[in-house]
Amino acid sequence: MSELKLYEVFIRAKSGLNHRHVGSLHASDAEMALLNARDVYTRRKEGVSIWVVEADKITASNPKQEHEWFDPAEDKVYRHPTFYPLDKEVENM
Amino acid sequence: MYSQGLTDAKGQQEPADLLAEFQAKIDREEKIEPRDWMPAAYRKTLIRQMSQHAHSEIVGQLPEGNWITRAPSLKRKMILLAKVQDEAGHGLYIYSATETLGVSRDQLTEELLTGKAKYSSIFNYPTPSWADMGAIGWLVDGAAIMNQVPLCRASYGPYARSMVRICKEESFHQRQGYEIMTVLARGTAAQKDMAQRALNRTWWPALMMFGPSDKDSKHSEQSMKWKIKRFSNDDLRQKFIDATVPQAEHLGLTIPDPKLKWNEATGHYDHSEIDFNELFEVIKGNGPCNKERLQARIDAHKQGAWVREAAEVYHQRQKDNNESEAA
Repeated sequence: MSELKLYEVFIRAKSGLNHRHVGSLHASDAEMALLNARDVYTRRKEGVSIWVVEADKITASNPKQEHEWFDPAEDKVYRHPTFYPLDKEVENM
Repeated sequence: MYSQGLTDAKGQQEPADLLAEFQAKIDREEKIEPRDWMPAAYRKTLIRQMSQHAHSEIVGQLPEGNWITRAPSLKRKMILLAKVQDEAGHGLYIYSATETLGVSRDQLTEELLTGKAKYSSIFNYPTPSWADMGAIGWLVDGAAIMNQVPLCRASYGPYARSMVRICKEESFHQRQGYEIMTVLARGTAAQKDMAQRALNRTWWPALMMFGPSDKDSKHSEQSMKWKIKRFSNDDLRQKFIDATVPQAEHLGLTIPDPKLKWNEATGHYDHSEIDFNELFEVIKGNGPCNKERLQARIDAHKQGAWVREAAEVYHQRQKDNNESEAA
């Protein structure tokens, strides 16, 4: 028997918050994934909304390339407010 | 994709119980999320306000973009590039939040390019000197922060969340502007004069960013009830003036308002009447740079067409290659 498709599960804990990744599960289709996600991941009222996405529909960055992928941001300290010293008199800007 | 059709676009009566429940939810400070029921007018108001906001971020790149090639040092150039890049990002965050309301990106772009949609009047003013980069960061981004901080608690979830992200990034914008002003104000007499002139140019248009005075603001009351707006235009404007005047004094710069005076009794600065006719003229399209700004966006969209086409063609070719490999 072939394995059922893998789905990634995202839950919104309460309205106003982002959906966050909580884990994954196998299901035959999206509807079943949604039902299973409810039963597996929200048994204690962990959420008010669920998204399921087929795992292989997610395109991810390559962890082996983490350094070169993200290093353009490393030497740009001027993107942070603390790069600009403020005099004490106006420091709550 | 959340796209969903406009509820009751035909002007049908909306059920009273749904309306009551909707308002009760907002009164309890709960967020409205894309798939929740919402009145058609709430959706329409949000699309109008959020798309104007997104357009402002995008058009807002132009006055500063003007100085990227002429920034006085490599350091200043990198900072300015990073700031303008942030503005593009802010536009994208808000456009995608707007799309959760069921409107397409193409439609939003078209409304900007045909002049149907508005953007903040401030970006229709020219930036003739380097000091304008300082004045914009300090005052224009400062005013934007005043406006945007309360929007982090707006009732529509995707809008509020995009604002949280934007506010976090925005504080570098204001500080780098104030730092430019600080360096100029403490420089030669000519540099200080350049800073003062930029302040003179930017002050009144920055105050107009908060919109018409409360008595003439046509969208305010309903938006307050829906908690899309938390403070009135005049209250935010006053807050901005109170915060900014000491910052100008600290640099030895003069706010161009002879009537500006601290009022011990109210605990606020008194100021001259604002000439809102100027604001209405700029909104109508008669500001100093309206035509130039819109034309720049139209040209950019046209000249970028080949990039979008190339992306489509590349995608198709990759797909064909994969299929022929699999075969």
